[in-house]
Parts: sequence; C-alpha cells; structure tokens
Amino acid sequence: MRFKLVPALVGLALATSPAAAQGADTILNVSYDIARELFAEVNAAFVAKYQAETGRAVTIDQSHAGTSRQARAILEGLPADVVTFNQFTDVQLLHDRGNLVAADWQARLPNNASPFYSLPAFLVRAGNPKDIQDWSDLAREDVAVVFPNPKTSGNARYTYLAAWVYGLEAFDGNEAQVRDFVGRIFQNVPVFDTGGRAATLTFAEREIGDVLVTFEAEVLSIREEFGEAGFEAVVPSVSLLAEFPVAVVDAVVDRRGSRELAEAYLDFLYTPEGQAIAAGRNHRVHDPEVRAEFAHRFPEVRLVTVEEVFGGWEAVSAEHFASDGILDQVFVNQ
Amino acid sequence: MSTRLLDAGRARTARPLGLSWSRSPAWRRQRVLPGFGLTLGITLFYLGLIVALPLAAMLLKTASLGWDEFWRLATSPRALATYRITLTTAAMATAFNAVFGLLLAWVLVRHEFPGRRLLDALVDLPFALPTAVAGLALVTLFDRSGWFGSVLAPLGIQVAYAPLGIALAMAFTSVPFVVRTVQPVLEDMQGELEEAATTLGASPWQTFRLVVWPMILPAFTAGCALAFARSLGEFGAIVFIAGNLPFRTEVTSLLVYIRLDEFDYPAAAALATVLLAMAFVLLFLTNLLQSWQLRHADRH
Amino acid sequence: MPTVTNARRQGPSGAWLVGLALVLSALFLLAPLVLIFVQAFAAGLDAYVHHVTEPATRHAIGLTVLTALVVVPINVVFGVAAAWLVTRYRFFGRRLLVTLIEIPFSVSPIVAGVIYLFLYGAQGLLGPFLQAHDIQVMFTLWAIFLVSLFVTAPFVARELIPLMQAQGSEDEEAAITLGASGLQTFLLVTLPNVRWALLYGAILCNARVMGEFGAVSVVSGNIRGQTNTLPLQVELLFNDLNTVGAFAAASTLAVLALVTLAAKLVLEARTRS
Repeated sequence: MRFKLVPALVGLALATSPAAAQGADTILNVSYDIARELFAEVNAAFVAKYQAETGRAVTIDQSHAGTSRQARAILEGLPADVVTFNQFTDVQLLHDRGNLVAADWQARLPNNASPFYSLPAFLVRAGNPKDIQDWSDLAREDVAVVFPNPKTSGNARYTYLAAWVYGLEAFDGNEAQVRDFVGRIFQNVPVFDTGGRAATLTFAEREIGDVLVTFEAEVLSIREEFGEAGFEAVVPSVSLLAEFPVAVVDAVVDRRGSRELAEAYLDFLYTPEGQAIAAGRNHRVHDPEVRAEFAHRFPEVRLVTVEEVFGGWEAVSAEHFASDGILDQVFVNQ
Repeated sequence: MSTRLLDAGRARTARPLGLSWSRSPAWRRQRVLPGFGLTLGITLFYLGLIVALPLAAMLLKTASLGWDEFWRLATSPRALATYRITLTTAAMATAFNAVFGLLLAWVLVRHEFPGRRLLDALVDLPFALPTAVAGLALVTLFDRSGWFGSVLAPLGIQVAYAPLGIALAMAFTSVPFVVRTVQPVLEDMQGELEEAATTLGASPWQTFRLVVWPMILPAFTAGCALAFARSLGEFGAIVFIAGNLPFRTEVTSLLVYIRLDEFDYPAAAALATVLLAMAFVLLFLTNLLQSWQLRHADRH
Repeated sequence: MPTVTNARRQGPSGAWLVGLALVLSALFLLAPLVLIFVQAFAAGLDAYVHHVTEPATRHAIGLTVLTALVVVPINVVFGVAAAWLVTRYRFFGRRLLVTLIEIPFSVSPIVAGVIYLFLYGAQGLLGPFLQAHDIQVMFTLWAIFLVSLFVTAPFVARELIPLMQAQGSEDEEAAITLGASGLQTFLLVTLPNVRWALLYGAILCNARVMGEFGAVSVVSGNIRGQTNTLPLQVELLFNDLNTVGAFAAASTLAVLALVTLAAKLVLEARTRS
C-alpha cells in the first residue's frame, strides 16, 4: 500500500511545488518582516476586487522575513512575482546581482515606486520611565535599545542612518564624533534579531530593553495589538524618510506569464482602497483624501531623505553598507 | 595443524592487501551471501548523491577562497568568539549531563520505584521532541515572565538570552546520550564484585569509586563525547533562547545562518567548513572511544 | 511526592538519589512538555481547535506528513542496504564507508542546509545548469525532501549495524547453502531477526524528519501555506504575535513525540519477550 502511495505523493509534491504548478492565477509576494498583517488585509481586498472586475479567482502567496534575506532567496531562485520591500537597496540588488528586475524599476510606478512610507520611531514602556525623547537618549549608558540586525534588516539600516543623521546635526558634521555616537547606541543593544518582527517580540513579549526602534507603522500597530496601556509611541525630533518600494520581478513574471496579475496587484496598492488599508495599518500614504482622513494618527515630524543627507542610496551603500564599510566598523567591531 | 597455520597466514596478508581479498578463502566464505553488488550499488549511489556531492560542493566553494582568505574569515574576531561560546556552553551542557545522565542511569537500573518505566520513557523525549519546539518551550519557561524565569530573575540569574540559556538548550537536547550508553553497562554488571567489596568492609562510596566507576568509565566517556558532539551542532533549540548577541551569545551555527542572510557566502562557507571539520574530529574521537569501550567490554 | 518502595539494591542514600532524579527530571524534562499544552489550551478548547485547523497550519501538517512518507521509506531501504553491505562483507574502504554514513548524524543541521544551497542554489555549483533547464530545486518541496534525506540518512543504519554485526551471518549462509534465494533469505531469515531494530530506526528517523528545523529553514522559501513544515510554521506563528497558535501547532508536534515514545515502549516490551 505504501509503495502505491509514494508515487502518488510525489505527484502531489510536484503539483504543489510553487515553481511547477502555479498558473498565472497565483502570484507570490515576497515582503519584509513586519508587513504580515498589512498584506494579509491587502490580499483579501485585492482578491475580492479582482474577482469582481475580471471574474478570475486568484491567490496571493506571502513570504515575510528581513528584506536582505528575502532578496538573497530570490537571487537563489525563490520565484517571487512581486517584491514589496522597505528599502531601495534590496530591490536594486535584484537588478545588480541577478538582472531579475529591469533597471528602470523605480520609474515605473509613482513616488519612486513606493505606495506608502514610514519612518524610524520609538516605542517605550508605559509612562516612559527612562524619559526617552530623542536619538541622544538612546546613547545614554542607562538605556537598553532594541532593533534588528542592520546586516539583514532594512528596518534596522534606516535606524542606523537616522541616528547618523541626528549625529551629523548634533556634532556639526564631525564624523569621528558621529561615529562614536552611533557606536554608543549600538553598544546599548542587547539583542540583534534578524528581522523587525523578532525585535518587536524581544521588546514587547520578552520585556527586554527600554526602547524599541522600528518603523512608525510597527510602533503604532504594536500599541494597538498589546493594548495602549503597556507602551507609548515617541517620535524623535528628526527622522529619515523610509520609502517602501515595490516592483514586479520581470524575470519571474515573464517566465510564469503572471505579469498582468502582478502589475494589477501593485497598482491596487495606489488605489484609494489600497491606500486606506495601508493607512489603517499605520503607514503614511500619498493619496490626499486618505491622508486627510488618517491625519490624526500621524504627528508632524521633520523628515530628511537619504538623497539630501547621504547623496543617494548608491553612495550610502558604498560608504556605509559595503563589506568593511562604516556600518561594519560600528556594528561588528563594537 | 599445518592447514590452520596456512589459513592464519592468508588471513593476515589478506586484510591489508585490499586487492587480493577476492582470492582469499575468507572472502570466498563471505561471498556465499548474495547481494554484494546490489547493496554496494545502492549504498554508494545514495551516499554519493545525498551526502558526498553536496559536501563536495561546499568544500569546492571553500577551496575557491584560497587559504589566506579562508583563514581570515575563519579566524575573524567574531568567528573566534562563536567558537569560544559554542565550546564553553557545550562543555557546560556536557558537564551537567555527565552528572544528571549518570544519576538517571543509576536510578533507573539500581532502584525500583513507582513511575520508573515512565521516567525511562521520558529520557527519550529530547530525541522525539522537535528541537524548535523544545527551544520555544524552554525560552517561555525561562524568560523573565516564565514559570522558572520569574523565580530566577529576582535572584539575579538570567537564563534566557544568556550563555546559560544556550547551555540549557544543549543539555536538554543531549540528555539521552549519557543515560543510554551507561545504562546497558550497569545492567550487565554482575553484583558479585560489589557484594564482595561491601563484605570486605568498603563503604558504598568506596564500592562505587573503586568497583563500579572503572567499569562504566569507557561507556560514560563515550556517552559524554556523543553529548558534546550533539551540543556543538545544535541549532533549533538554541536560536529561540540565545538572543543573537555577537560576542556574547552567538554560536557558530547561528553565525553561519546570519552570514547566509547577509549574503556573505564566502564567510558562510568558511565557517560551515570549520563546523564540518569539528564534526569529523569528534566523529573520529567518539569512534576511538567506542572501540575502547568495546574492547573494555570484551575483557569483562 | 512518590515514595520509594522495594528497592532492588539500595544503599542508605537511595531514596535521596531517586528523589533528586525525579525532581530534576520533572523540572528539566517534564516541565517543557507540560508548558506546551498549557500554553496551547490557554485560550480554551475552541481556540485550540480553531488554530490547529487553520488552513496554513493544516497545510503545514500535511506537508510534514508528506515529507515523512517520502523520506522514511527511502532511508529504510538505504539503511538496510548499507547495514547488509558493511556487516556481511569485508572489503577495502569499509571503515571509511561507515564514517561517511555517520557524517550527517554529527554535522550541524545548518551545515546540511548550506551544502544543499551551495549545490542547488542559483548561485551554486549546479545552479546555472538547473536554471538553463528551468528546474527549480531550492525553496521547493524537493529541497525539503533532500535535506531531510541527508539529516536522517544514518538513523536506520545506525540501529541495524551493531545488531547485524552481533548476530553474524551463519543463519543466512545456512539458508543460502540449503538453496534459498537471496531475497528469500533476507525476508525469511534476516528480517525477522532485525525487525524491531529496523522499526525503531524508522521511528527515530520519522521523529527527526517531522521535527527538523535548522536544515529545512535554510532551504525553505518561507512561503505561507506552501513550503512551511510544522516546525517552521511554529516559528512563523510565533513571529505573527500569535503565541497561542504557535503553541497549538507545537502541541501537534509534541503529541507526535509522545506517540514516538509510546511506540518505543511497545517495541522494547516486544524485544524483551
């Protein structure tokens, strides 16, 4: 009996393997770690809308992890039809290392191909017992800071860069002092998890650290999830614009014949309905009406961009994120 | 008489000269059983495909680094810290299991008590329970709000996210090794020697130290070596409880995983090769210990 | 507190030793098991049933069972062949072969994942060839099957080799001399002698396949409801802030572990009688 079963099961394995069986009615969205709840809601809304408009029942598969890990998996052959990442560099990597995404990917959709954005913000314990207000407080000796591993998490790289921005302003651009400042913040981190959600769990469930630095979207959502009494959100005096770029993975959609569905999916993120879901999940959006509707959730904050401070992502990558770059010196040789 | 000598002489020469065995009588006797070609074919094909080929792919990758680069990656400060942490926590886990495992083996063989069969079965739990589930359960028990953690935290003892937690996870997953190697030896031991020692006026402790201990030592050492080897390779249980702190609670297999995620394949290959080499050395040592144990068992 | 009765050979410190062993085992071995079920049922039976029957978890259970059904029979065949080979014949390189069989047992599961990534990944040794022929191995079920085969390859052979070595081959030789075919000899002479060890090896192999985490997590694409085995699903639910769901999924694995232990008890009783 078992020997009849095995070929049947192997057949089943073939049929359910993502590379083999999905027609163009299924696409895989490979995404960053803390977007779990967001895309669960987006996918349900998109599937319903798409069926209403075209009569086709489609499925959106999801994968979540730190974006650098995800980019690597795609380069190793994970058949992602679309990527919804939180950092320019990880999408660009798909072009640079594997030519999976066309060079002009950022110009193909509005707002640098980023349907929504956020910024690194702080989540502190109820009553803010350590009185944490700004980046300078993170470098204090009595403060334990939690954020993920900047080598694997785009989220943490924004944190690193935002601290750098604050340091540049505070020390008048004296790089040695900025480096020392950022280094002191890193020294206050007891746990470097590989993804943003793991860091959240470390702070919220495991009760480690005095402050969690993560995207504002996660900060606000965690307050809702764990009850507002337990935590407080703090927005620092200055932060960094964190755009969440999306792209169709050309090499995959052309092979699988899923381009039309993949593009419709990404376009949906820009519709008022898509924007409202994103804003409802505490992401800042561009659509003026949705923006006005949710304005009360998002305090005013001075945002600078990577272009303004660092001269663009390529410069940041070369100077900070490359092997043995400044990040390595601050992070690894702490 | 003369034929026996001849046979002995042939047997002696046949063993080292691998190519001449097909003509030796010893071989012909073995070949009575069919299936040599079939089982050799299956075994070599399968081992080649499943074990040797992937290992070769990694070693090829490591070899392409060149010796200097390999050495630089394998001995970076962070890598060295992981070796130190892995070895010390594995040693702590093995030390704990040496005592706890010996105690369990002793109690299971030498004492009759309600629930003995149940305890005997429970010893195998760490082999049956997935390591990730064990890790999740251990961290939930030992973190600050857990059943044990909330008791230990006021005493200033931190287990979760500290080296102690790694040792704990390693100890849990390798409990059965010491118990299961010592247990059969204790069961086989005849009581006469101990009784004689007691009759001659030895205290229980003296009896244990002078009579029992020398007999179980080889099995005990082999069990500890197996537990140590298992601890070095453990991953699933550790990731949940370690906390990922470079230089403090990062074990080598975790660093390999992180290097992969960072897309730093050369470093991942170099570190994985170091782990593989460690496994080989330990396999060699445990095989030596086990043959010592077998020889020892033959003598008694 | 259980009392000690009828000690077989008990020194004055016997009760203390038994007590200590029981307390330590309860704290160290039993508590994690109890905790899993307490946490899984923390939100009540309905919530538990809901979490265990949730589609993604159900899929993970199915995938885990499928992997075991594929991997265990293959490794049983391999284990029997390898044990027959190394215990019934002497040949050049036999010791090396035994060492090669044991490697997966002593190597870190992460290394198992890494070596398969370096072989079948797009950047790996066979990557260009596989891509040219549009064959995807990494991040599919095939990769999960392959690393599971690697990790558990020695389990059956390890149980059989010592036993078959100890039993010797006289019975089989007699059967062959009396005119039995090789297959008849194996089925009627060898198999009855080793069946319990074989079954025990298969049970251990099965437990490890279903529980493997490290190696599978390197080669699985983390796609919900697609390439998540149960241990990965546990981690995923935990990261979803769904503690009850994570422990519910973990409890199914714990039940499996208990079944494994029970099967082992039965087997031991059989071998003794």
